Amino acid sequence: MLSDDQVKHVAKLARIKLTDEEVKKFGPQLSKVLDYMDILSEVDTKNVAETSQVTGLSNVMEKDEILTAQSTREELLDCTELPVESKQVKVSRAI
Amino acid sequence: MTELNKLTISEAYKGLRAKEFSSEDLVNACLTAIGSKDGDINSYVYVDEDGAYDAAKHFDKKLSLGEDLPVLAGIPVGIKDLLNTKGVKTTCCSSFLRDFVPPYDATVVEKLRDEGMVMLGKTNLDEFACGASTEHSCFGVTKNPYDLERVAGGSSGGSAACVAADMAIYSIGTDTGGSIRQPASFCGVYGMKVSYGRVSRSGVTAMASSWDTIGSFNKTPEDVAIVLQAIAGRDRRDLTTPDVAVPDYSSFLDKDIKGLKIGLPKEYFGEGVDFEVSERVKDAVAKLEGAGAKVEEVSLPSTKYAVAVYYITMPAELSANLERFDGIRYGKKPQGNVKDLVDFYFQSRGEGFGDEIKRRIMIGTYVLSAGYFDAYYKKAQRVRTVIIEDFKKVFKKVDVIIAPVSPTPAFKVGELVDDPLSMYMADALTIPASAAGLPAISCPAGNSSTGLPIGLQVIAPQFEEGTVLQVASALSKL
Repeated sequence: MLSDDQVKHVAKLARIKLTDEEVKKFGPQLSKVLDYMDILSEVDTKNVAETSQVTGLSNVMEKDEILTAQSTREELLDCTELPVESKQVKVSRAI
Repeated sequence: MTELNKLTISEAYKGLRAKEFSSEDLVNACLTAIGSKDGDINSYVYVDEDGAYDAAKHFDKKLSLGEDLPVLAGIPVGIKDLLNTKGVKTTCCSSFLRDFVPPYDATVVEKLRDEGMVMLGKTNLDEFACGASTEHSCFGVTKNPYDLERVAGGSSGGSAACVAADMAIYSIGTDTGGSIRQPASFCGVYGMKVSYGRVSRSGVTAMASSWDTIGSFNKTPEDVAIVLQAIAGRDRRDLTTPDVAVPDYSSFLDKDIKGLKIGLPKEYFGEGVDFEVSERVKDAVAKLEGAGAKVEEVSLPSTKYAVAVYYITMPAELSANLERFDGIRYGKKPQGNVKDLVDFYFQSRGEGFGDEIKRRIMIGTYVLSAGYFDAYYKKAQRVRTVIIEDFKKVFKKVDVIIAPVSPTPAFKVGELVDDPLSMYMADALTIPASAAGLPAISCPAGNSSTGLPIGLQVIAPQFEEGTVLQVASALSKL
């Protein structure tokens, strides 16, 4: 069972602010899901390779050429709710 | 004359060419159906009336000038609100993106525009495609057209319901662990999940990158073939699309199934699967056997591990993919005051994401974190290999696998929403084919005694969408 502190720690790693009620609600739900994952220990995977993708492709190469842009710089900047200055998005202070 | 919104793609195509009606008439019929039914069903989150009429009139004019136009031209479609549509709101049904208007089209949307599609609007889904019921949408649940107390399935619930209730001629959805097949089976329509890599994912908000696929909902296998023909193929903007030839899918529709070998995996007919569901699927298989197919029982012993494999690797990939949602370049900024940049991230993500997204990001973050990576993530990737090997063995003996799509018909709204693990089990029979990247189609297989649709899936080896369509088409004629 995940403790409240463990839930808060994972939320911190994921950069998600949780309310106290959310911590109480998610703890048991996440624990139940993670406990279920133990079923995988039944499978012997000692000499089994990992599958990370199923395309059968590796090292896909392409010509070094510029594709036509799908949108303009202005269109991309229009997507932000934050102020735009000198064609850059102005964010809060970092430190 | 049949109501125009009830037509299939091929019927609409013929009628348009015969000048029996116009594309504008088709749009009128679909919008009228949306007006009268969608208040209850809630399959669309945004209806683009002006855009649809403009596209339809454009088509009608071109046709009147005698231009040679593609099959899908002038035909109304609903598109899952996970696919970017330039200039038209794309929300992923998340509060985070409630007002987001993308500056470019997804490749699939671009291809359909080139075909001359008429987009009616954007359809409902579980937030960021995470769910099996469309209950996790910031716009509310999509109801099942067969029973408004029940869900339409998910995550592509809106796309399934709008076709089932004739509010579009066809629709586009996405399937990561079952998000096309399960809602198709709940709503009694065809739902095509393609091989991983068959259709470009560019411009579609990523959920689990090694699992995501794009496909369609249709009224007939013939229509499935038409849409697949238009959207399949390699795309430089998605380098997971291999350079595998795209065959003429319609050529498979009339192919005889005599001698075709069908495998019935015993694990898909066992515990937890409704008796009626098993019976309807077996009835359909008996018909195929009667038409000359050979049927044998096969075994996919690792089936029971698929849910665990999926709910480790998918949240891991999801948590990485959703890292880009920081509220800065797009999406909602925090409502209150923020201390600094990190606080900005915490607040925008805390406010913007719904419960299920928070849960999955946290599961993903947990299984990828130091000390747990080997035990969860690597283990799951190894068991994924075991699942793939199971399929490879079976496909040495048979040409296709037929099985139920969902263990039960549509469940009630609210029944599973606060019990994530039970909701995850709804995907138990659709996840394995996704794990192996295989094509699978959900076909209507009759109704339950209470009148709810039941679906079966036809699964084939990778890139053999044609064989899947051959069986679906044969079954539709029996």
